[in-house]
Amino acid sequence: MIKVEVDMTKCQHYGQCVFEAPDIFRLNSDDKLEYTAEADDSERANIEAAIDVCPMQAIRIVE
Amino acid sequence: MNHPVVIVGASMGGLRTAESLRRFGYLGPITIIGEEAHKPYNRPPLSKEVLANEVTHEAVAFEERAATADVNWVLGTRAVSVDQEHNTVTDSSGMVHPYSALVIATGLRPKRLNLANGDLAGRHALRTLDDAINLRAELTPGADVVIVGGGFIGCEVAATAAKLGCDVTVIHHSAHPMLRPLGTELARQMQLRHEAEGVRFLLNRSVVGVSGDSRIREVQIDDGSSIKCDVLIEAVGSDSNTEWLESTNIDLSDGVLVDSAMRAISTSGNIIPKVYAIGDVARFANPIFDDVPRRVEHWNIPTETAKRAADVIVAQLSDDEKFESLVQEQFKPVPSFWSDQYDIHLLAFGSLSLSDTVTLVAGDVTGECVFEYHRGDQLVGVCGIGMRSVVQSYRAKFI
Ligand SMILES: Cc1cc2nc3c(=O)[nH]c(=O)nc-3n(C[C@H](O)[C@H](O)[C@H](O)COP(=O)(O)OP(=O)(O)OC[C@H]3O[C@@H](n4cnc5c(N)ncnc54)[C@H](O)[C@@H]3O)c2cc1C
Ligand code: SF4
Repeated sequence: MIKVEVDMTKCQHYGQCVFEAPDIFRLNSDDKLEYTAEADDSERANIEAAIDVCPMQAIRIVE
Repeated sequence: MNHPVVIVGASMGGLRTAESLRRFGYLGPITIIGEEAHKPYNRPPLSKEVLANEVTHEAVAFEERAATADVNWVLGTRAVSVDQEHNTVTDSSGMVHPYSALVIATGLRPKRLNLANGDLAGRHALRTLDDAINLRAELTPGADVVIVGGGFIGCEVAATAAKLGCDVTVIHHSAHPMLRPLGTELARQMQLRHEAEGVRFLLNRSVVGVSGDSRIREVQIDDGSSIKCDVLIEAVGSDSNTEWLESTNIDLSDGVLVDSAMRAISTSGNIIPKVYAIGDVARFANPIFDDVPRRVEHWNIPTETAKRAADVIVAQLSDDEKFESLVQEQFKPVPSFWSDQYDIHLLAFGSLSLSDTVTLVAGDVTGECVFEYHRGDQLVGVCGIGMRSVVQSYRAKFI
């Protein structure tokens, strides 16, 4: 399992991460970010891609 | 043992290339040569948080990944020339680096105003962390700050300086700040927002001179007037860092011309084997829009072009039979862009500045809103304040 952490003091809800890892990140009906904090190892590449595209560099994988 | 893949430019583009090489299975050596002393960091905060607070390199640095722990970093060092016959790069310490593939990721630097009296203290431009730290020290409450250039970086700095209590004037060459990308309605609204925060605009104007003792005290405008100035910030566009490539046959007419596989193209139009360019410095055609090669200064482009180049390089180095089909594939990354000014967060997809008509399609320009950008009947971009799911839904239209 991978633990995902988003620093919500940095996140501006741009939703770029949603395109890279749609199973982990989504925007809710208020256009705010929601995410699943625990993910399967098979999601690692997608989560790393989400980290790459996050403008606020708010996403981290906590090993 | 193969020669390393040599990446020149140790910023986002260079780092993402190294990471992507590993992700595509390359196990060999990687060297990254970078002029700045710092390891790669994120530039967008430089016009925002870094100017407003005591932010250190650590706070803006990209996180290092295990896969690239063995990269050979050659920092505080410039690449000065390339020998295409022997496939080597020479750096400013005289070291010669043979390469199996060369990745040009040297980005841009700010254009500077050409001013008589130009060696007065108090002139700034903003591209690097060191630039931001130097500028921060001068943005004291009550300082007369003059920003030349009302593009995104100029306006973000204006917002940050205004919040810090500076007296801010923006001198811009057209009728509204950010007019070319945003279009009249949204640009005018952004201007009003800045003016409400105390920022002054001198529009359709330019700077013709500066004066002072050892420091700048006054700026002369082309209408014959002068304004007080303690700090002059020049945000008038960028030039490509390609001087070190001048002895090569690469087409450097505006950045580095590359094909859809990020391979450098010569002045006679031929593909140059083993040499690639990515990021802000790369000029490539994007079939989403047309076949005209352009440089794209949007934050997601270094990452997208780095992945594309790394994929092709791994195939090149392993003599993979898929190389020929891979380089023929279309490459059409969707440019994405954002800008934070006060509590306004603009988000855009596509290439707004290609448009000839701009239409409000949702919301209200004084609050949350979405604009479509068309060139003829082709949709070339979307930009919104808030209404994220509407803006997001457009991205699929470009793919
Ligand atoms: C202040 C600021 C704010 C920004 N804000 C936003 C924003 O809000 N939204 C957005 O979408 N984009 C923004 N951008 C744009 C974004 O940061 C750039 O698109 C991105 O940094 C480009 O990355 P790059 O790796 O291609 O080039 P660069 O980051 O320019 O890196 C090139 C590196 O190469 C080095 N170099 C140059 N010549 C040599 C040489 N001969 N030898 C060795 N090294 C060399 C340079 O020192 C530099 O470190 C901003 C940019 C700036 C400067
Ligand atoms: S990309 Fe980053 S800033 Fe945007 S919603 Fe995801 S975590 Fe937040």
